[in-house]
Amino acid sequence: MHRNLIKLAVAASCLTLATAAVAASADDYKAAAAKAEAAIKAAHAARNEWTTTADEMKAAKKAADAGNFDEAVKHAHEAEALANASIAQAKEQEKLWPDAVIR
Amino acid sequence: MLRKVCLAAAIVAVTAQPLLAASGVDPQADFKAFRKYFTERFPKVPLNDFVNGPYSMDEGLRKQWKAIDEFPPYEFAVDQGKQMFETPFKNGKTYADCFPNKGIGVRQLYPMFDEKSGEVVTLDVAINKCREANGEKPYDYSKDDMAALTAYMAYTSRGKPMDIKIPNDPRALAAYKAGEEYFYTRRGQLNFSCASCHVQNPGNHIRSEVLAPALGILNAMPIYRSAWGGMGTTSRRLRSCNSQVRGTPLSAESPEYRNVEYFLSYMANGLPISGPGARP
Ligand code: HEC
Repeated sequence: MHRNLIKLAVAASCLTLATAAVAASADDYKAAAAKAEAAIKAAHAARNEWTTTADEMKAAKKAADAGNFDEAVKHAHEAEALANASIAQAKEQEKLWPDAVIR
Repeated sequence: MLRKVCLAAAIVAVTAQPLLAASGVDPQADFKAFRKYFTERFPKVPLNDFVNGPYSMDEGLRKQWKAIDEFPPYEFAVDQGKQMFETPFKNGKTYADCFPNKGIGVRQLYPMFDEKSGEVVTLDVAINKCREANGEKPYDYSKDDMAALTAYMAYTSRGKPMDIKIPNDPRALAAYKAGEEYFYTRRGQLNFSCASCHVQNPGNHIRSEVLAPALGILNAMPIYRSAWGGMGTTSRRLRSCNSQVRGTPLSAESPEYRNVEYFLSYMANGLPISGPGARP
């Protein structure tokens, strides 16, 4: 479980680094936000959202509103990674929860 | 593992409960194991004391509680709830018309499986169903009106043993199982299940709070919490337990919360209602 979360987190930071090299545009932000929103929708359907995902999306929007698209894209990527990690958690737990039952 | 499951299935089959065998759900066996776990882990805690949540785990807290309970902070809510309970709806009917025994001393029967809708009905949901059936607006599940009414209804049931029924209906068993799953499923960015805190760590501190044991954990609902500066319903409590692990809470009384309440209350069968409670 933890390993998956870490993998996702690493993937997210790599994306962040890759995009930071060139200044991001409003369109970059829109694309990143759309991807994050899709992941969030899937997490919602899996009934397993994290509060931190929503926090990142808020931060992304705030940065975009201020015209800071580098920052906005970074937060949107982070939100997407967190949403995907919560989906992975839900999937994994479907199999793992019975191991925790008191017997 | 598989052997255990097969063995359990065989035992169930022999005791002629075909529904249970077919679904692989055995509430009775869960009940026994759950109780054994807590009574063996806390041999000094009298069985009926588990319903006092954190106080059952901590001597210092217990002393504080005894002092608080001389002027119980939930008393105002109980009085208010009584008045609300006795005030007729606009159509002249009252809550008494919606509940068994006119709504007095019935808290221990909830959550109840409703064969008509096929759903688990908590006391809070039953109250709102009653209101709506009589043309009144439902109360917010997390706010003071609901807390006051449930506080009064719990108060009239104090000491009565929890009495949750799981009818031999595949939908009831499915709801129970879903509740069990919700209880043991890790969630939130911190990756905790309800059990991580209330099974693995009762009595341990989390920030300034002492964790309550899962056995009898709903018997004291609703509660007054100094940290909240007021009363909180079961919904309020469960939602904040989700946020603590950075999980987005579900909407109040969503099926998952009702089902986990069903599961936990069944585990508490026989233990006395202690609500409303007062917490630091
Ligand atoms: C991070 C640990 C944590 C997790 C996970 C957690 N809780 Fe809690 N819970 C607490 C704390 C802290 C309190 C307040 C102190 C206490 O009474 O245990 C509490 C209180 C409660 C209470 C009130 C107990 C009382 O006597 O006042 C209930 C009921 C409850 N939790 C149910 C749940 C359920 C159901 C879940 C799973 C959805 C859950 N909790 C998950 C930490 C947690």
